[in-house]
Amino acid sequence: MRENSEILEEAVSIRAADKVFNPDSDNEVQALLGIDLDVKEGDFISLIGPSGCGKSTLLRLIADLLTPTEGEVKVFGKTANQARLDQDYGMVFQHSGLFDWRDISANIELPLELKGWSKADRQARSGEMLELVRLEEFKDHYPRQLSGGMQQRVSIARALSFEPRLLLMDEPFGALDEMTREHMQVELLRIWRETGTTVVFVTHSIPEAAFLSSKVVVLSPRPGRIHSEITVDLGDRTDETREDPEFFKATTEVREALRAVEAG
Amino acid sequence: MKNLRLASVLPPVLVGITGLAMWEGAVTVFKIKEFLLPKPSSIWSQLIDEWGVLRHATWETGKIAVSGLLIGILLGVLLALITNRFKVLNDGLTPFAIAINATPIVALAPIFNVWFGLTGTFSNQAVVIAVVFFPVFINTAKGLNEVHPNEIELMHSYASGDWTILREVRIPNALPFFANSLRLAAPLSVIAAIVAEYFGGPQDRIGNVITSSAGFAKYDVAWAAIAMASGLGLLLFGSALVTERLSMPWRISGDIKDN
Ligand SMILES: Nc1ncnc2c1ncn2[C@@H]1O[C@H](COP(=O)(O)OP(=O)(O)OP(=O)(O)O)[C@@H](O)[C@H]1O
Ligand SMILES: [Mg+2]
Repeated sequence: MRENSEILEEAVSIRAADKVFNPDSDNEVQALLGIDLDVKEGDFISLIGPSGCGKSTLLRLIADLLTPTEGEVKVFGKTANQARLDQDYGMVFQHSGLFDWRDISANIELPLELKGWSKADRQARSGEMLELVRLEEFKDHYPRQLSGGMQQRVSIARALSFEPRLLLMDEPFGALDEMTREHMQVELLRIWRETGTTVVFVTHSIPEAAFLSSKVVVLSPRPGRIHSEITVDLGDRTDETREDPEFFKATTEVREALRAVEAG
Repeated sequence: MKNLRLASVLPPVLVGITGLAMWEGAVTVFKIKEFLLPKPSSIWSQLIDEWGVLRHATWETGKIAVSGLLIGILLGVLLALITNRFKVLNDGLTPFAIAINATPIVALAPIFNVWFGLTGTFSNQAVVIAVVFFPVFINTAKGLNEVHPNEIELMHSYASGDWTILREVRIPNALPFFANSLRLAAPLSVIAAIVAEYFGGPQDRIGNVITSSAGFAKYDVAWAAIAMASGLGLLLFGSALVTERLSMPWRISGDIKDN
């Protein structure tokens, strides 16, 4: 969708970032420590690590929903705050966060409405987005009439509706059953290829991280630090890829890194 | 669709008719004294004979109940919106509102008579307002507050400010809570108006018709007035339901979790 003529730049660049919750109090938590991370435009990176290691926190730092206690977060060369104000990213949570009172089209159109798009433009775009996530015939339904996987697809469509250059996803498929999950992964890769969006993806699942990412970032337990970055190159992925020895190698590598991390 | 409507209306109608028939039969067979429980047929004939008085009384009481209901709703919603903007106010007021709501506010009627006087109708109206205000305020405030944190984060990701979040998320989120409070408050407003009338105010209201007919041993008239009061309560409850359905098309019956 976007011209690739722009010079490849860092989509996200984090330098020496720390995050401390409730500093100087009894329930002080050092969530992240000395995070350095670069995400290139067009990359698909996964954050994986034990529960509570700070994956969501790191994603929220990029989204400027939290500010780092120390260090610096840049998104497309701007401060994270500026990038949020410019709506450079779209966000998808584990629970779709669709609004019950808006039908599917209206949910997808919400960010466009807030940007002041005309009704005709909004409808045209939500139509394209529904096609992208293959839910055209559900545009007039309400969220509660859709299954969890369908809701999650709507939530992805909403996040992509205004063509953000960056997609931030926090365990978006965590609540789905295994088959739906694998199907959604293939769909997400297709959308990623078609839109050229950069993705930062938080997950608990080793195969999911290995299957989706061009780079898997493994975090250590609290305080969250980057333990290792594993580059994966599985090329064009389909459901068959899951039986590929290369895929097996990638999952093994991620699993071993996680074991090392948990052992301390 | 039509058949569905009929299917949902028929059972209560049948039960209602059977109930009335059994009532009529029981009073006749067991020779229950009329002052204890008049027959539905004698209540019905009083409804017709005393229609002028009853209609006027119901209209006047209805005006107090409805106006009090509307004012109470307005004040409740306004205060809920204001407290939502100021967390301190919300945290400070809510426990008191819940405590006051748990006390029988109609018991304040005689005191309101002292505060606001007996010359006009305001004392009675004030009881209705107070009875309606608390549940509406408490529930609406809860609905405005209890928004999933992800939904707020999502709005922040769109660079939305507090007003946009209020309009797009908090208010629609509060609608079902508000509707629940309306279902409570609408019939309560009639009860409050009538109980307030027991304690004073103009003498041509349902409350007075009930007390004075009972005083003159005209129990069937008292019952006819009670029937009118039930009708009024049902009418207001029905309006609350219709408002709810119309304002929230996304709440398809069946799969709705109730708050
Ligand atoms: N708003 C907050 N206030 C205080 N502490 C917090 C807050 N958010 C997160 N934490 C703490 O920071 C740490 C990291 O939390 P975070 O949610 O980022 O972990 P996570 O890696 O996403 O975990 P999970 O895999 O279970 O989702 C945890 O110890 C958590 O308790
Ligand atoms: Mg998390």
